[in-house]
Amino acid sequence: MTELENLTRQAQAEVRGSIPIALTEDQSEVARVMQICNACRYCEGFCAVFPAMMRRLEFNKADVDYLSNLCHNCGACLHACQYAPPHEFGVNVPQAMAKVRVQTYGDYAWPAGFGKLYKRSGLTLCVALAAGLALFLVMLKAVQGELFHGPGGGSFYAVFPHNTLALMFGVVFVLAVVALGKGVARFWREVSPGAATGPAVAEAAHDALRLKYLDGGHGKGCNNEDDAFTLQRRRCHHLTFYGFMLCFASTCVATLYHYFLGLEAPYPAASVPVLLGSAGGIGLVLGTAGLWRLNLRRAPEQGDTAQRPMDRGFIALLFLVALTGLLLLALRDTGAMGLVLALHLGCVMALFLTLPYGKFAHGIYRGAALLKWAIEKRQPNKLQLGSD
Amino acid sequence: MLDVLVVGGGNAALCAALMAREAGASVMVLEAAPRPWRGGNSQHTRNLRCMHDAPQDVLIEAYPEEEFWQDLLKVTGGITDEHLARLVIRASSNCRGWMRKHGVNFQPPLSGALHVARTNAFFMGGGKALVNAYYRSAEQLGVQIRYDAPVASLDLRDGRFLAARLENGERIEARACVLAAGGFESNREWLREAWGRNERGEWPADNFLIRGTRFNQGVLLKFMIDAGADIIGDPSQSHCVAIDARAPLYDGGICTRIDCVSLGVVLNRDAERFYDEGEDFWPKRYAIWGRLTAMQPGQAAYSIIDAKAVGRFMPPVFPGTQADTLPELARKLGLDENRFMQTLNDYNAACRVGTFDHTALDDCHTEGIAPAKTHWARPIDTAPFFGYPLRPGITFTYLGLKVDETAAVRFNDKPSDNLFVAGEMMAGNVLGKGYTAGVGMSIGTAFGRIAGTQAAAAAQRN
Repeated sequence: MTELENLTRQAQAEVRGSIPIALTEDQSEVARVMQICNACRYCEGFCAVFPAMMRRLEFNKADVDYLSNLCHNCGACLHACQYAPPHEFGVNVPQAMAKVRVQTYGDYAWPAGFGKLYKRSGLTLCVALAAGLALFLVMLKAVQGELFHGPGGGSFYAVFPHNTLALMFGVVFVLAVVALGKGVARFWREVSPGAATGPAVAEAAHDALRLKYLDGGHGKGCNNEDDAFTLQRRRCHHLTFYGFMLCFASTCVATLYHYFLGLEAPYPAASVPVLLGSAGGIGLVLGTAGLWRLNLRRAPEQGDTAQRPMDRGFIALLFLVALTGLLLLALRDTGAMGLVLALHLGCVMALFLTLPYGKFAHGIYRGAALLKWAIEKRQPNKLQLGSD
Repeated sequence: MLDVLVVGGGNAALCAALMAREAGASVMVLEAAPRPWRGGNSQHTRNLRCMHDAPQDVLIEAYPEEEFWQDLLKVTGGITDEHLARLVIRASSNCRGWMRKHGVNFQPPLSGALHVARTNAFFMGGGKALVNAYYRSAEQLGVQIRYDAPVASLDLRDGRFLAARLENGERIEARACVLAAGGFESNREWLREAWGRNERGEWPADNFLIRGTRFNQGVLLKFMIDAGADIIGDPSQSHCVAIDARAPLYDGGICTRIDCVSLGVVLNRDAERFYDEGEDFWPKRYAIWGRLTAMQPGQAAYSIIDAKAVGRFMPPVFPGTQADTLPELARKLGLDENRFMQTLNDYNAACRVGTFDHTALDDCHTEGIAPAKTHWARPIDTAPFFGYPLRPGITFTYLGLKVDETAAVRFNDKPSDNLFVAGEMMAGNVLGKGYTAGVGMSIGTAFGRIAGTQAAAAAQRN
């Protein structure tokens, strides 16, 4: 950009406020669709996207990114839309927003270059999985000499030393948390929502943990294959999410046992880590299987079909993590223990590696958008539309 | 043989089909449109005007029968049938449980529609969500649904229905029939004929836009008129509002409305004002501006506002033409600059600004110009300026078949034994002219349900 252009833009900025950032094609589509929705508003009872839209007359990049991440892709507004294709207005809110969502994950990703991984998320995930499995199988071979061991399993740490595992997973997990944290922090700064209050945080947490916006606004649920409402997506997501959290809790408790009580895995079947992990694993297996089935049946116009590798890859990986975890529990006293442990750890490593560059990011960005909405709705509305 | 054949696929047709099926009849629905366009004008609706004596879920306070009736009397100027109107009003008070049973969800009034929070129950997701719910319920109950099935004519004998003939020649017999196939608003030729030629030699209807479905061609209405059915209503009467001239020819629906009329001035093609823009609150006046615009040369008008109005009205779907000066705006809109400036200068000079309050009938008015602007009159003097082009937009026509409380089609004032009518095809019995929000759905629901019940009973008799 030339000096003169720079000066001109600065001068314009002083007169008009900030320079509008050019929108990408996908962002422009969301802005276009929101302009139509804002003049119609029939869908405002379905979710938070429409009330948030109504507080705006124009949709710049930050607004588009925010609204797109607030959208839960429930599909209700598409099936109810009088302007949906074949109407010439061609309004498809969930699809337009899905396309922007994956763009925001990439745009805000840290380190910046890694954002490209979202575009080939299926491939990223496969490579991570292959790498994770190969790593642990090679380690197993090195330690055990062969993949199967004689009868009588026993200590995991005889196969892979505890400290080695703790270091490997600890480092990767911290990196993933930092990467996601940095990305969502940039997103948060751009949408400039104001200060979070206790009630706003509580409401956002409530809405996220209950998946409020998959209930359709009437409690009958969201859409999947057609205009009929179903609670299955919400329930399967709950099974998946809470299953994941139970597994995470199991790991945390086991870590406490190890370092503070001096108790080493494997733990007895009735112990807290095994109970938490089993319940979580079963939840994950059932939840992801259900989400997979629903995803296969999802109406193609709902959301962005180009993201299916990312969605299904993540679902499949979670399923594999849970399945191998349950198998490990079942086979831990057999000669297959070492092999199953390697498979499980390989899957978990792939999951950790791809946390900041795959579908997992949706939870973090959506949580941030929900918090912004909870803050914003408590602020006075600047618009005074006449018909009120 | 089929018990009940329902011709049409919108709200009234579906209400009839569901009621007939619930009464035990075998039912087939013939929807002229392909599936994505099903539901006629109902897909563009958003609420139902409801009588209620006490607060009810989404409805606040009370809206008693008498008040509803007086509202209807006022908007129709008395061109209504009190008996049928009260029947619709009472039916509106107790139909929502049934609607819910068939999957319709209600939501609190939409923002920008708080003026009807007391009187109207809003469908969550709007009319298309309602139509979807009814179709789902009908399919589950075993109603046969055929899309792309426009009916060309009926076989009648002595006022009795025998069969319907589709455009492709197929003949479908049934013991009884409900006609709920909409008005004739999408039939450009008929509209042209109904509105005729004006003193300027124009055919005004050629410049109308149709806010709803393209499938309401009035084929059956015309057939029934020719078959000697008793009719009611004036073909030039319709729900007609001023909408954005850039709206699509059909199916523009709600979002093409222009809500800034009362905040500025409206000029015709000759850059002259022609009516008091501030006569009353916009929701009470929007339905007269269609006709007002239709009377102007070229059936065109322009709503002009300045920066003071931005953010004070429902955002329009198309951006306004924007200019930093009034002469520039005139040029951009293609209006005569001198006349435009004279009109605006006269108006600006005539404004007597008191305390502006767009939520009340305020004291800002004009003096010494005609027509006056009686409220919200403030000079248009703050850049940027915006202009929105207007055209008449027809929602639905009121010409229909005359009925009594049984919804039976009548020939020489004698009710048919097995042919019934509901929805826009008979709304003119209640709505001779004018409109009040949500009453079309009240009529469609009430008479759809009556017609379905009556048709099922007629089928059982025969």
